[in-house]
Amino acid sequence: MNNSICHKSVRISDIILNALIYLSALLSVGILVGIIGYVTFRGIGSISWQFLSTVTSEMNNTFGILGNIVNTLYIIVITLLIATPIGIGAAIYLTEYAKPGKIVRLIEFTTETLSGIPSIIYGLFGMVFFGKTLLLGTSILCGCLTLTIMVLPLIVRTTQEALKTVPMNYRTGAMGMGATKWYMIRTIILPSALPGIVTAVILSIGRIVGESAALLFTAGSGYYLPKALLSHIFKSGGTLTIQMYLSMERGEFDSAFGIAFVLVVIVLIINALTKIITNKMKKGN
Amino acid sequence: MEAKIEVRNLNLYYGANHALKNVIMDIPAKEITAFIGPSGCGKSTFLKTLNRMNDLVDGVRIEGKITLDGEDIYGSGVDTTLLRKRVGMVFQQPNPFPMSIYDNVAYGPRIHGLKNRARLNEIVEASLKGAAIFDEVKDRLNKSALGLSGGQQQRLCIARALAVKPDVLLMDEPTSALDPISTLKIEELMSELKEKYTVAIVTHNMQQAARIADNTAFFLVGEMIEMDRTDVLFSRPSDKRTEDYITGRFG
Amino acid sequence: MEKVLPLLKNMSRSKNAHSYKSITNGSKSRSIIERLMECIFTICGLSAVAAVAAITIYMIISGTPAIFKVGIAKMLLGTDWAPTAAEPSFGIAWIVLTSVIGTAASIVIGVPVGLMTAIFMSEVADKKVAGIVKPAVELLAGIPSIVYGLLGLLIINPIMGAAEKALFADSKTHVMNGGANLISAVLVLAIMILPTVINVSETSLRAVPVSIRQASLALGATKIQTIFGVTVPAAKSGIITAVVLGIGRAVGEAMAIVLVSGNTVNIPLPFNSVRFLTTGIVSEMGYASGLHREALFTIGLVLFVFIMIINVVINGIMEGGGRNE
Repeated sequence: MNNSICHKSVRISDIILNALIYLSALLSVGILVGIIGYVTFRGIGSISWQFLSTVTSEMNNTFGILGNIVNTLYIIVITLLIATPIGIGAAIYLTEYAKPGKIVRLIEFTTETLSGIPSIIYGLFGMVFFGKTLLLGTSILCGCLTLTIMVLPLIVRTTQEALKTVPMNYRTGAMGMGATKWYMIRTIILPSALPGIVTAVILSIGRIVGESAALLFTAGSGYYLPKALLSHIFKSGGTLTIQMYLSMERGEFDSAFGIAFVLVVIVLIINALTKIITNKMKKGN
Repeated sequence: MEAKIEVRNLNLYYGANHALKNVIMDIPAKEITAFIGPSGCGKSTFLKTLNRMNDLVDGVRIEGKITLDGEDIYGSGVDTTLLRKRVGMVFQQPNPFPMSIYDNVAYGPRIHGLKNRARLNEIVEASLKGAAIFDEVKDRLNKSALGLSGGQQQRLCIARALAVKPDVLLMDEPTSALDPISTLKIEELMSELKEKYTVAIVTHNMQQAARIADNTAFFLVGEMIEMDRTDVLFSRPSDKRTEDYITGRFG
Repeated sequence: MEKVLPLLKNMSRSKNAHSYKSITNGSKSRSIIERLMECIFTICGLSAVAAVAAITIYMIISGTPAIFKVGIAKMLLGTDWAPTAAEPSFGIAWIVLTSVIGTAASIVIGVPVGLMTAIFMSEVADKKVAGIVKPAVELLAGIPSIVYGLLGLLIINPIMGAAEKALFADSKTHVMNGGANLISAVLVLAIMILPTVINVSETSLRAVPVSIRQASLALGATKIQTIFGVTVPAAKSGIITAVVLGIGRAVGEAMAIVLVSGNTVNIPLPFNSVRFLTTGIVSEMGYASGLHREALFTIGLVLFVFIMIINVVINGIMEGGGRNE
């Protein structure tokens, strides 16, 4: 009777599938290492003090990205100043006020939809709505308002997650003492959810830094330094990614790699920051 | 009395924790053997060493020898898939796959290489009949198994285990998640199963052991204190600790 | 839990009524603030709805005029795109087809790799190794699309260019494009959808209960049989969501492929230089005017319709999945 348990049989399909699993994982990690390695290798040579601290000058035939760095900062700050309060407000509405029903489902569906809309569509919409209808033209403000809608779902969802982790007995405790709802939110809920909100902001910064298609036709491609702090927002201003695209189009690959390197460094920093915060949150809990 | 499984000097460690201490046991063929004892006594751990399900847990170390029909199941040439095909297992929580009733039962034969549809149909029907659930599900074999009641799901899991034609059936508190009526059905089923299979069952319910088991072993903090014919163990235990436990002084 | 909240709210209100009414007049202004804040939060909550409504309306308003001016059949079925010619022509059939085929091909390549990587992370790798792969995938998601475009342009295109030279050396009909072709774009897209596919599939694989994996192993299945026989089928709805999200990502990507794909309107054959819906908009919106510009908005509208269909599908899957569980 062939009933022994010592018949080591080798299944070929198991071996193949196992190999494919390892290969795929290796490929995924390899692609990342390859990208970071290649960008660093090609880009680090372009990085110089002049590259980072001057504005491109056709006259002197020099290339510098300071203007683009300033524009990127402008867009990050203004976008977040508008989007963060709205996003947090929406998250508070969804977790603290709204009763489950049609409206909540509609809000959640539209938030999902927003996060699925490609940036080029945001670009088109921003161009006609903020640019033409609201007469902002091609300006940094136009770009900021466009990006506000784009990062909104990210902020809403991340904040919502953070609010959900605030223990229920904090709420019942505060309410039981006769605190009003807004007082309870202000003093208990928001402080507890702060690390989550900070994460949302950092993730949004990452999204804004990497964005290009939504900005091309809204914020434009200007690269001059601001002449006045406020009026600059009505001027055209290209971010790092936009400048990188323009450099690529012109075949100036050294400058493009220089910018790519700067972008990758920013992405690495942002990732490290979110890791640190989420780890702290976990420890706190 | 022929021993299907012989356990000799079995020691099991979870890291530094000595979870099973020097267990020696013969599990007789075509009988029901029950393992009882307070929770955390190692009875479930012991059951899982019999089909090497403990291998999946990190940091487990096993010493000693367990033989199935004379073959060392921890020997170097052993294929655990063949071992588990011969030593089936039913778990505490019913755990049907999220697929149809038919596919649940056919899963085992299929992974062991059976493709013939007619043969599969035969096995599925025979297994479902063997687990006394065929009449209840014969009209909805293609419906999801998740739609069955808890008791039905557990009998389906038994049918699924029977479909690979095991010699031994290990049951880890198979009725603890079920209502009394379902429990009764499964107990009746077990008495039928022992005509063909060697059954080992972990139970925290002493009455259940007394009702269905031919032999009962009592475990306490990793030690097998005493094993005997069930009627003997419950009426004239030879160890004071067994007596204390079955008379309800602790546990 | 949520049921408790209104109850408590009522309790605290009645408490207020009993003990504080006589002591302070401040409760009136306080309740105004309360109402005001609730109102503000509600408006914030509805901002997403307003945004989607506005985008939909504006896309329709800007995208439809060209359809009527050019004629719906001429536009959607026409293959000739010559917006600046003396007798302009606005056929977008090849452009639409390129997006469909390009997306499908990138899914065919990206999904298996992504799913296998997800399986590696959740089923095969020990914690330490998975702890290296996961951040790597997160980083991959964070890298700006324009960087992918640069690398595609300088790494994939030259390789494809060499292949093209070898394959079409004697062809008289093929227009050489230096490797800026459909395959290059598909490869870039396949890489770009990886993080989405990996993350969503991994989450759904991890949600599969350990108990059914054990049941499979206890029947004598090997680890691989268990993964593909039980775990993956059990995570089916999550994996389908991953694929659909990947489709959305690939359809909508513009900057990474605008230069890599060569960007000329063509039949989407592997070695042809091609134009996608997205890249068509990027490359011409800068200088387009009049009917040409309106036609670009029509391309945007087509893309928008694709995306909305995908969103509805995802919504359907999520609701269906919720019901099954």
